[in-house]
Amino acid sequence: MSFWRQPGFWLNVLLVTVGGAMVILLGQDTLRETAFTVLMFIALASSLNIIMGFAGYVNFGHIVFFGLGGYFGFFLLSQLGWPLYLAMIAGGCLSVVVALVVGAAVLRLRGAYFALATIGINEAARAFVANFPPFGGATGLYVDFSAYDKYGGAGQALWWIFILLWLVTIATVVLSYLVKHSRFGLGLIAIREDEDAAMVMGVKAPWDKTKAFALSAFFPGLVGTLYFFKNGNVEPEDAFRFQLSLEILVMVMLGGKGLVLGPILGAFAYERLRGYLLISPIFKNLHLALSGGVLLLIVLFVPGGAVGWVRDRFPRLRRVLE
Amino acid sequence: MFTQISASVIDGLLIGFVYGIAAMGLSLIWGVMRVINLAHGATMALGMFCIYYLFTDVGVNPYLGLLLVVVLALIFGFIIYMASLHRVIQAGYLYTLLATFAVNMIVIGIGTMVFSTSPRNVDFSLGSIDLGPIILQGTRLLAAGASVVITAALYLFLYFTRPGKAIRAVSDNRAAAELMGIPSSQVLALSFGLGTMLAAVAGGLTSTFFPFTILSGSTYQLKSFVICVLGGLGHPLGALFGGLILGGLEGIVPIFMPVSWVPVVEFGLFVLVLVVRPTGLMGAK
Amino acid sequence: MKRLGFSLLIALAGASLIFSACGKEAAKPKDFVLIGFTASKTGKLNVEATRQINGLNLWVEQVNKAGGIKMPDGKQIKVETKYYDDESNKDRVQELYTRLISSDKADFLVSPYSSGLTDAAAVIAQQNRKIMITAGAASDSTHTKGYALVFQSYTPASRYLTGAVDILLKLDPKAKKIAIIHENDKFSTDVAKALKKYAEGKGMQVPLFEGYDSGTTDFAPFINKIPQGVDAVMGGGHFADTTTFARQLYEKKVPTKMIALLVAPPEPKFAELGEACISVIGASQWEPLAKYSPEAAKAENVEWFGPTVPEFLKLYEDKYGKEEPSYHSGGGYAAGLILQKAIESAGSIDTEKVKAALDKEDMYTFFGRIKFNTTPKLQGLQEGHEMIYIQWQKDKQGKPVKAAVWPTAAATASPFVCPAR
Repeated sequence: MSFWRQPGFWLNVLLVTVGGAMVILLGQDTLRETAFTVLMFIALASSLNIIMGFAGYVNFGHIVFFGLGGYFGFFLLSQLGWPLYLAMIAGGCLSVVVALVVGAAVLRLRGAYFALATIGINEAARAFVANFPPFGGATGLYVDFSAYDKYGGAGQALWWIFILLWLVTIATVVLSYLVKHSRFGLGLIAIREDEDAAMVMGVKAPWDKTKAFALSAFFPGLVGTLYFFKNGNVEPEDAFRFQLSLEILVMVMLGGKGLVLGPILGAFAYERLRGYLLISPIFKNLHLALSGGVLLLIVLFVPGGAVGWVRDRFPRLRRVLE
Repeated sequence: MFTQISASVIDGLLIGFVYGIAAMGLSLIWGVMRVINLAHGATMALGMFCIYYLFTDVGVNPYLGLLLVVVLALIFGFIIYMASLHRVIQAGYLYTLLATFAVNMIVIGIGTMVFSTSPRNVDFSLGSIDLGPIILQGTRLLAAGASVVITAALYLFLYFTRPGKAIRAVSDNRAAAELMGIPSSQVLALSFGLGTMLAAVAGGLTSTFFPFTILSGSTYQLKSFVICVLGGLGHPLGALFGGLILGGLEGIVPIFMPVSWVPVVEFGLFVLVLVVRPTGLMGAK
Repeated sequence: MKRLGFSLLIALAGASLIFSACGKEAAKPKDFVLIGFTASKTGKLNVEATRQINGLNLWVEQVNKAGGIKMPDGKQIKVETKYYDDESNKDRVQELYTRLISSDKADFLVSPYSSGLTDAAAVIAQQNRKIMITAGAASDSTHTKGYALVFQSYTPASRYLTGAVDILLKLDPKAKKIAIIHENDKFSTDVAKALKKYAEGKGMQVPLFEGYDSGTTDFAPFINKIPQGVDAVMGGGHFADTTTFARQLYEKKVPTKMIALLVAPPEPKFAELGEACISVIGASQWEPLAKYSPEAAKAENVEWFGPTVPEFLKLYEDKYGKEEPSYHSGGGYAAGLILQKAIESAGSIDTEKVKAALDKEDMYTFFGRIKFNTTPKLQGLQEGHEMIYIQWQKDKQGKPVKAAVWPTAAATASPFVCPAR
């Protein structure tokens, strides 16, 4: 594994590392807020890419890991007083457990049936959490403001949360790259291309798929905990937003699925567009229509996404644009 | 207790008919071209708005307005098919799924801008029928009746007309149908139009008794998925039964537990049926 | 190949620098105070929210017309506002308030409409140490979370519908059973829980107590669960869903003696329901026929601030024409008054000084009495304000009209039992 020497690796990792580092060094609140959303999207899109881009299983309900893991982490944090980084990891672990349990049942489905099932899982999770008293039921959970004092007050806490998110995103990208260039990843790609043939060739498809599914679930759980802690509260509606789940999918497709760079650029571009349109009174609703238009163009004409298209046109860049 | 149960079951079944029509559109499109139409909900919402404007601004009776909705939706479906699906219909489920999803985003985006998300209401009342302690809403009764009529019409169309038979041929085996001289692309476009039409009509019927926004379609779309899985994707009649089952469930379950548990039951059942019997309770293609 | 990587890296670094340059703004000296808020101009809360910002904007206009907020050195500072549409969406609220604070540099904040959205905004306000005056937010729970800078203008949820039980007992001292069907959001849940506690404290039973999802349009499953012989149906949530609920209660001809709902009945738009609105009781934060006055305030030894009730009604009519102000409009204006008085008393726009002034504030306005809880556990909770209960009755021409029915001191008519439907 000589990934140190591969320019593709460094490009992806440095993009996220340097970008985040600049924000931290500059110390500006507005920039941090924007960067937070960008990093969050990158982490979510990259993790989705593992099951969708590499293994070819389109998860329409990816946000459920964000929601369930985040809720659990936030619960530990706000109700039981756990420290943030521990709660975060616990949240990620819960998501993994959910992925393993649910995956066992659902990964047996192929194609569109799998996609539908993932939608159902997300909705069931949301409805369940809305009725689950320890998680606050329909009115959700909140953290008493004094919880921020453990981190030096709210202002400081927001920066710590950002730094943690930055590290999590880097980890997601690194892991994504390592998976892609490992034997495991090769197996996933074989599953994507032709699952039956892959199994004939000795790829243990059911177990590999489940591993990929579980891996893809870990990071959203971490991100969810951080996001809810930053906002100070969580309600079922916020945690399981189907629209966000679909937007993550768009980001992956936009940048190029199956590539590590794809979700990064896709998430960045999508967020910038969204952020701009957020406050413009005329265009704020157009963002959805525009994203839809872009998605349609990609699906019809550039199925490989932006990075995929560049790789097609400039074969020499393929070693760099992974 | 008995009154409560019967009132709930009847309410649920009446709505179930409308759910069935909505799901039928989805089921038809899946059956014919293996596409899951993620713009289904948005089309339903458009149907609702159509009826709303026809009724509020032009003063047309909602049920008559439905006739116009039928025509408009057929054309709309045709356009969507040619614009988004035609190129990728052979490319696999991911691309068709994303294409219809893109259309959904575009419709919702433009719809939100034009209509905003403030709730609308079609203030149309047909009074009610008093069956002692059970009150039946006129609008809901008529919607259920319309649903039955539409189902019958759909079956007559599919089994007794040339285009209908062509649709069934293409859904059986597209290549063979082409060999027999059936212009399959046109047939696919027609089927998509039909599916869209069913969705819009279901939306229009719903608007007569519930308030709505451009986003209301998504709840019904989710229910349509559940229904199609219950009844079997590709089986329009199965969709109607699935709708009745779902409506009945929504009526009965709340009696025994808080209403907020209904979605858990619905989606739990959905995932269960998918995993255990993906071809649905009535079997699919 | 590595060269490529490095050149890309340098390009990226350059991009980040450019990126960050956009974030820097030159600090400019200001001679006005900037108030930031979001409003649900679209979305399911848009009816109430529009009223609220109408009230708030009217206050801004009046203050500026009088030259601005008075400072002790005789100078006057004008008020400017900056707001965005939150689309009744909680996520947007948090992003937008962050923006108002860090990019737009608002000095003070007013909440969005509704407890749910306000709760989300309050965190942001407190995290960034900005004072927020809340309007349209009655939930008690926001004030149990340790926020020191959030001040509530509405009567809290815990006192919201309790008067309805009193009215019921007056109409029928033998009443025993109340069905409560409420929206599953913070505000309505708080109200419902407090209502249940109060009713049970008076020896009544609550055979049905259920919450519905925000945005529910089909109330049939809930209505079908209402047991026979229930004396009152209470609950609801916000305007859109409560109106639908009231309509479906009427369509299903639910037999009961009283219907008391949240938020929607005091809104003049509720009359659009026609027959379905008659006899429905609503709890109102304020009504145009309220009897607050400088004289009554003097009799209680409390100071008066701002326009009188008739003066407010005239100002509102002048600006907004035939639109009758609802309590949401009053609340918006009152939020402005609260802030204005605090700034004037503090003599500065410094957050700590204004907070101290707010803690000490005790005054009567056209909207009612304003006094905040200052204990650390319930900081900012409104203590002085009271609810007025209204009922829709028919006037001589048979048209629906609102009448105040409780408390007796403020009543303009007697409450009556729901007619057989």
